[in-house]
Amino acid sequence: MVPLSWYLIVAAALFCLGLYGVLARRNSVAILMGIELMLNAVNLNLVAFWRYLEPARMSGQVFAVMVFAVAAAEAAVGLALIISLYRLKRTVVADEADLLRG
Amino acid sequence: MPLEPLLWLIPLPPLVAFFVILLFTRSHRRLSHTLAIGLLAVSWLLAMIVFAGAVRTGGLAEHPIQSSIPWFPTGSTVFSIGTLIDPLGAVTLFFVAWTLLAIFVYSVGYHNFGQPRGEHDTPGLPPHGARSMDASGHGHSVPSVEPLYSRFFAFISLFAFGMLLLVVSDNLLTLFVGWEIMGLCSYLLIGFWYGKDSAKRAAVKAFLTTRVGDVFMLLGLATLYAQTGTLSYRTLFSHEVLARLVETPSYIPGLSMAALAGLLLFMGTVGKSAQWPLHVWLPDAMEGPTPVSALIHAATMVSAGVYLIVRCFPLLTAGLVHGSSFTLSLIAFIGAFSAMFAATIALAQNDIKRVLAYSTISQLGYMVAAVGIGAYVAAAFHLLTHAFFKALLFLGSGSVIHGVEHGVFHTGDHQVDAQDMFNMGGLRRRMPITFATFLIGGLALSGFPLITAGFWSKDEILADAFGHGHLVVFITLALSALLTAFYTARQITLTFLGEPRSEAARHAHESVWTMTAPLVLLSVFAIAAGWVGIPEHFPGLGGVVPNWFHEFVGSTLGEAPEAVAFSAVPLLTSIGVALTGLGLGWLVYRRVPAGAPDPLARALGPVHTLLKNKYYFDELYDVILVRPLRWFGETFVYQWMDRGLIDGILHGIGRLAGALGSFFRRAIDLPIINGFGDLVGESTKRAGRSLRVLQTGRVQQYLLIGLVNVVVVGALLFYLSALRP
Amino acid sequence: MTIAQVIFVVISAVVLVSAVLVVVSRNIVHAALWLILSLFGVAALFAVLEAGFMAVVQVVIYVGAIATLIIFAIMLTRREMREPGQQTHRWWPLPALLAMALFAGLAWLLGSLPGTGAAPPALAGEDPVLLLGQALLSPEQYMLPFEVASVLLLAALVGAIVIAGDSR
Repeated sequence: MVPLSWYLIVAAALFCLGLYGVLARRNSVAILMGIELMLNAVNLNLVAFWRYLEPARMSGQVFAVMVFAVAAAEAAVGLALIISLYRLKRTVVADEADLLRG
Repeated sequence: MPLEPLLWLIPLPPLVAFFVILLFTRSHRRLSHTLAIGLLAVSWLLAMIVFAGAVRTGGLAEHPIQSSIPWFPTGSTVFSIGTLIDPLGAVTLFFVAWTLLAIFVYSVGYHNFGQPRGEHDTPGLPPHGARSMDASGHGHSVPSVEPLYSRFFAFISLFAFGMLLLVVSDNLLTLFVGWEIMGLCSYLLIGFWYGKDSAKRAAVKAFLTTRVGDVFMLLGLATLYAQTGTLSYRTLFSHEVLARLVETPSYIPGLSMAALAGLLLFMGTVGKSAQWPLHVWLPDAMEGPTPVSALIHAATMVSAGVYLIVRCFPLLTAGLVHGSSFTLSLIAFIGAFSAMFAATIALAQNDIKRVLAYSTISQLGYMVAAVGIGAYVAAAFHLLTHAFFKALLFLGSGSVIHGVEHGVFHTGDHQVDAQDMFNMGGLRRRMPITFATFLIGGLALSGFPLITAGFWSKDEILADAFGHGHLVVFITLALSALLTAFYTARQITLTFLGEPRSEAARHAHESVWTMTAPLVLLSVFAIAAGWVGIPEHFPGLGGVVPNWFHEFVGSTLGEAPEAVAFSAVPLLTSIGVALTGLGLGWLVYRRVPAGAPDPLARALGPVHTLLKNKYYFDELYDVILVRPLRWFGETFVYQWMDRGLIDGILHGIGRLAGALGSFFRRAIDLPIINGFGDLVGESTKRAGRSLRVLQTGRVQQYLLIGLVNVVVVGALLFYLSALRP
Repeated sequence: MTIAQVIFVVISAVVLVSAVLVVVSRNIVHAALWLILSLFGVAALFAVLEAGFMAVVQVVIYVGAIATLIIFAIMLTRREMREPGQQTHRWWPLPALLAMALFAGLAWLLGSLPGTGAAPPALAGEDPVLLLGQALLSPEQYMLPFEVASVLLLAALVGAIVIAGDSR
């Protein structure tokens, strides 16, 4: 038997790894990958809670499906932005898009 | 066929028409009106199917045609919206669908479809007419097509959506949504000729005045929702909920929650149905095109107010169990007062549409008074018949105006006011169809005995008032019925009978078929709509046709109110006042030569001036509301407070500071402070330069800073909450 | 340790190790490939959790669609296949420290959470996929959010085309 807390710990670890990726990587594609990891950690949590706490109600899975949809939309728009940025500045490094610098 | 899905579809076609016309077919007139009328016809067809199904359903009141879906969850409850047709709704749906259809078709002719475009026409102004050449090369001026033709159809389509939504909705919130959509459309349509200053003002006035009522109504909705957690009629008007509302005291001592909510909702009616003291907007709203007047200010929108209080009748009467009849008495008072008050004003108006506008206020007052004395079936009956005959009258007056304008174009004398009844006369020969239908409408309005619809519905109200012992209301309503008959006869006599009083009237012309066909259609209803509600005990006719209306609508509340026993007093009164009024009106105005003053003006003297100026209500509101507010805004706040006081203080401070400053500058600043100031400036600059580094424009650094904050604050909160035992 | 626990630990190790490699590998293409493995591991975890539908969807959407999208984006945005310069910021230890602090905090909180050691209840007799389908498409439950999600996807689709589309 696997206790619920194990899943939660794995999800937390996955989330923190994704967070590190988002904050530390220079390449914007890599930042997006970090975001995908974080979203996956959330999904893992949702499904685990569903399985352990409320298997009769499908809210957990439904929310996970919604996260899927949002993740797909986010990936499509995010990558489109990156490609557009690349066209404009010939770079994908997030730091070099700093038009708002003070 | 299941009717529930159809019910959802009824309001939607006009909405589609609105968007399609506005977005795509604006420049194409024929396509626009075809779309608007075609899609409205779809709604009409659906409404008729639903109506037929509803009439055939036995026990419709207990098992209305309804369905609902959850809309949004509000905490522990779910707000549902849905559709519902019970007997009252079915009847309302019936007359709304028919009048809308008639008015839509009428608008095609009214806005001169098919006529050439005028050279001097600008959007936002009524068309000025165009020159056209006939076969022999002879030029003459003809009416020109409305520049914003398609936009008009878009607006009335949106309006139709609002009205149908209001009728089919099963709860007060979507009713309110439809109500406000109509308010917006009313604003847009009254101000349709926005180039005219008067139309612009009238639009703003209508919008703001009804807003007063609407705000109270919204408060009423909020009260009900806060108290009961629902706004759907079926739950709200159930016995348990009403009993709870009656027992809960409200914020105002002596009033129960039910009474308070009823009063607030009634305020909405006062605004929308133009009852005293919020009646001022309706006459001015006649600035809009005539179909608009018919659509909004006779048949549908103003009826919505009466529909609301008939709908909320259980709420209004809920307090009666505990002997508190304050709300109903107030409603009866306002209604009867408005009926009388507006009828007197209508006596002295010369504008053909304004007479009808005041007559509308007066007739709505009838219905409101009927609700106030508990005769809600009679109110609904009068609502039905009034919608038909008043729409007929408005459309007829539009046809008259059009005919006279035709004469104006023909004679070229543009000084003649085509809406002034004293410029008309003798039109019966020039415009026979309009005359015949207008006569039917007028007789129905004045309650001509036995054959017209208006007689039956008005008689029922009077009979109820008499039967239930509301003598004051009875006398007031009977008097205003007399006045109604009188001013109707005045209007018909001045417009159609006698000899033409101007060249324009001599050359008036019957309107095109798209305008006359709706008139004929409505005139059929203006007669026949009364036959469904002939009282059973009526001598001779009673029982020939069953009193279908009373049974059908009366069952809405589950317990049909007992039909009042037949009494000859109200019957004779209503026949007497109708015939006396009509006869008097005809006698007085039979021979008014061109340029002569109103015979009534001589007879009444200063009273006539008072009436002509509508009891100076506009001036009164101007003095007690508009001027003080404007004075408060312009003089008090702007000139005194802002310019005088605040600016004065600021200027004083400024001057004082200036003097002090120059003293300090010479004495202290230059020698001592400057060095220090430079130091501060320099260090600020340096600080800025070094802080500027923080504003890197780099997303990840911002994120990082944000995250650090989150972690620190989170940890702190957790630590603090752990400290607390 | 029971068999279930061993399987769980193995899959979690795959997920976490490949996730670490996603965020540290210098070559961005490698990072993407590790991401696929990590996402695949999450799918396996879903399967272990008896959420078969979620596992399949995870494979189809993440491993199939999103990963492909990411790899395409990488290819479209590289002038040369060589990795230019540093892949992380100079100040990478700060996020690392922060992430670790967050993880420590979460782990501590989870440790003090009651009832996380209990065994999962038995699944109801109904097929979870059936239940999920009913939940998503019945008006009493989540039909509206479901339809809104479809609108969101459509908007994202249009938006992506507009943003990335060639304006010339």
